[in-house]
Amino acid sequence: MTIHAKGITVALFATCINDVMFPGTPKAVVQVLERLGCRVEFPLDQTCCGQMFTNTGYFDAAVPNVRNYVKAFTGYDYVVGPSGSCVGAVRHQHPMLAEHARDAGLGRAVDEVVARTYDLSEFLVDVLGVTDVGAYFPHRVTYHPTCHSVRVAKVGDRPYRLLQAVKGIDLVDLPAADQCCGFGGTFSVKNPDVSVAMASDKARHVMETGAEYLVTGDNACLMNIGGILHRENSGVKTIHLAEILAHTEGGDR
Amino acid sequence: MTAQAQRRTPAPPPGTYLGMPKFQKNAKEQLANEQLRKNLRHATGTIRAKRAARVEEVPEWEELRLAGEAIKNRTLRHLDTYLVQLEDSLQKAGAKVHWARDAAEANRIVVGLVQAKGVDEVVKVKSMATQEIELNEALEEAGIAAWETDLAELIVQLGHDRPSHILVPAIHRNRSEVREIFLREMKQYGTPAPEDITDDPAELAGAARRHLREKFLRAKVAISGANFAIAETGTLVVVESEGNGRMCLTLPDTLISVVGIEKVLPTFADLEVFMRLLPRSSTGERMNPYTSMWTGVTPGDGPQDVHVVLVDNGRTNALADPQGRPALRCIRCSACLNICPVYERVGGHAYGSVYPGPIGAVLNPQLRGIGHEIDQSLPYASSLCGACFEVCPVRIPIPDILVHLRKEVADHKRGKPKLEPTAMAAAGWVLADHKHFELAERVAGLAARALPNTTFLGPLPWPASAWTRARDLPMPPPESFRKWWRTNRGEEQQ
Amino acid sequence: MSAREEILGRVRSALVDVSVSDPVADVPIDWEYGRPTAMPEVLARFVEMCEDYKATVARCDEGSLASRVAELLGSAGVRSVVLPSGVEQPWRQAIESAGITVHGDEPPLSRAELDAIDGVVTAAAVGIAETGTIVLDHAPDQGRRALTLVPDTHLVVVRSDQVVSDVPEAVARLAGAVTDGAPLTWISGPSATSDIELSRVEGVHGPRNLLVVLVG
Repeated sequence: MTIHAKGITVALFATCINDVMFPGTPKAVVQVLERLGCRVEFPLDQTCCGQMFTNTGYFDAAVPNVRNYVKAFTGYDYVVGPSGSCVGAVRHQHPMLAEHARDAGLGRAVDEVVARTYDLSEFLVDVLGVTDVGAYFPHRVTYHPTCHSVRVAKVGDRPYRLLQAVKGIDLVDLPAADQCCGFGGTFSVKNPDVSVAMASDKARHVMETGAEYLVTGDNACLMNIGGILHRENSGVKTIHLAEILAHTEGGDR
Repeated sequence: MTAQAQRRTPAPPPGTYLGMPKFQKNAKEQLANEQLRKNLRHATGTIRAKRAARVEEVPEWEELRLAGEAIKNRTLRHLDTYLVQLEDSLQKAGAKVHWARDAAEANRIVVGLVQAKGVDEVVKVKSMATQEIELNEALEEAGIAAWETDLAELIVQLGHDRPSHILVPAIHRNRSEVREIFLREMKQYGTPAPEDITDDPAELAGAARRHLREKFLRAKVAISGANFAIAETGTLVVVESEGNGRMCLTLPDTLISVVGIEKVLPTFADLEVFMRLLPRSSTGERMNPYTSMWTGVTPGDGPQDVHVVLVDNGRTNALADPQGRPALRCIRCSACLNICPVYERVGGHAYGSVYPGPIGAVLNPQLRGIGHEIDQSLPYASSLCGACFEVCPVRIPIPDILVHLRKEVADHKRGKPKLEPTAMAAAGWVLADHKHFELAERVAGLAARALPNTTFLGPLPWPASAWTRARDLPMPPPESFRKWWRTNRGEEQQ
Repeated sequence: MSAREEILGRVRSALVDVSVSDPVADVPIDWEYGRPTAMPEVLARFVEMCEDYKATVARCDEGSLASRVAELLGSAGVRSVVLPSGVEQPWRQAIESAGITVHGDEPPLSRAELDAIDGVVTAAAVGIAETGTIVLDHAPDQGRRALTLVPDTHLVVVRSDQVVSDVPEAVARLAGAVTDGAPLTWISGPSATSDIELSRVEGVHGPRNLLVVLVG
């Protein structure tokens, strides 16, 4: 394994949902980045991108999250998060929220830190210039490109290219991959019937592929689709992109 | 004789749009209709594929979208200038221009014009503006029969139904339902459908042709909308497929066009952009079969008595909000409906308006305000997946406007004793500061340790039932990432 | 206050954030109008696209035009046609000598009379290759709009120099007619609908047969 990134310091933006519910994902990010030669720090001031508040209409409740994000991550050259959705919210909503708060100083600080915030797949492919991160994952896997990763963070096919380079992987196409899984943050509980109808269709498509694992770059979407897959005893497991990339031949990870 | 029997045209379903319950409730009902979901899945899937293929053919598609956006922005930001210019051009071309502040005024104007002609029926070109102001019912109340002539509108009208889609108002009906409606209803209002008609769409279209031909041939007054109104020349444009539009715009002596004030375009040349954007975005065709353009009165050709009713009906509300204003760029193509995963599953009736889908979710609360339950719920009728923006030919940032309107709704509800603002305030406190957050993390960890062998939670009582009725919920692990980091890596980092 | 004054007043107060009074200076439009669309062969594309929209297309030279028109009408089963006043005399003669009844429109035919006639033959103003569209500006060789609407067969003669690559060139060519107040009818194939299950069916209210003759 070549060391690609000796000396690069990365601030890990774990995201609140990963921190509490899916700690395996940020741990996997640490592993992958360190394997590639980065130094990883976890600024303890961080909490949440505030997206849940913004997208439910509670802008005032989201502003402290913006201030917090700026406080936690200002000064780092690279802020990396394993979530297209949270990174997308930072990029797309934090400037708008700073404007909402009528705080020009915050706006400038936001612009600074937003420009240095990356989704994991963007950081690996664009900054480190790698698609083969030395991972090994001998399983049948299908990939769902989550809406916010593609349409807000605009990660493009980077996650797919990273997966393609994984040794031993059997990557199968997901039918109707570009359709939303129905998570949508509070949409999932404000419109539970529509959300479940969408998630059920997504889960059905996943099962049709015969994959052992469903992978995405966003654990919230995985939690939604996985909720159906688990309820229906489908046997399909859900896994975050970072955790596949962390797997290596010989080691358990 | 009952009131029902005195009607000239088929009665629409009882109730009003604004009286409809909130989206969530409507959606739940619609979701239970298996046939509807099947019809919608088939129809939206078909049209999505067609659109994608036709857009793919145009290498400068993004440039076209940007041009469409810019032309509409220029128009909207100087709407007063262009409206005055349009009025002047129309008058010079021999058309009479009327202005209507709201639906009631527009209906009064149209009813008055029809009555002045001494007729008791009109033929109609499919028009969203007239659906929006519920003109047909206003005419019916005045004893005037308004015959819808677009095939889908005819299906809706004869089916005692409401439109469920902007482009294809009967998208929720399949061929066998259409056959039943035609067999049952056509004979009550004119030329019947043949008794042996099958559900072949070509035969059904043939029945509509025969049923409507006598109405076209005798009509004295027609009512239309317009897709575009050109300020520079006073030209109105109707984009259609079947020729019913041409019939209405050409054969009667009097033509009344009801046009929303946002339909104006500065110049005739601007049509080169919109005549490429609209057909490919809406029906997924390189060009729709027929487009009619007329400039006031043409001596010896077509209607000699031409009226244009310019309607506000809430549009200036949307115009006054710079963040909501882009919604007025809409050219009613319906690409956002066809791509929307929510629309695909619930259909148009759940949205409580003639404007369903993502564009309806941003337009209705702006046109009608957020005083009603249905309009308060519409901004939330989206997972914010963003597919609508990608296909919008005039680049309306629908997800951003939805979020903006959610804020308006949340502000409107502030201070009222509701669960949501309270929950948001509590969560806001937790997430505003890492110390609060860590406290919450410890609670989550304790819960996990209390149920050591549980990795997933099944059905839970309200409010968690919203999630867990059909979906399991993973248990948080006993150790958060933060805790793991502090234990294992904390010292390395200072 | 009149509705007009009130609406314009609402518009003006809605736009208080707009400080630049000149629309053109306020919102630049980065678009070059009237550009042709690049394609290898404009006429071939026109034929291909007309056919793709289920129009019948024939190509001929000037010399054989009149006989070709008569022949196409015959094979479409048309036994009577209406001809606008400006249609060229040789077409009329060829059609008549093929045994097809020719009606004029002076004085104007009633709707019922038109409905009883099988077909109409006209010239055109512009053909658009990329979309298979024919535009009528209803000059005397095309007649008033009802003529090309009520009869079930429309035979339209398009000259090769009338065919442009795409919509922008067409709009530029048509601007003069519109300024003069002429109505335009854009026709792309026979009338059609996709209103039932979004499956396309040709033939609703407008002419169900569209015959295109491309000359030169």
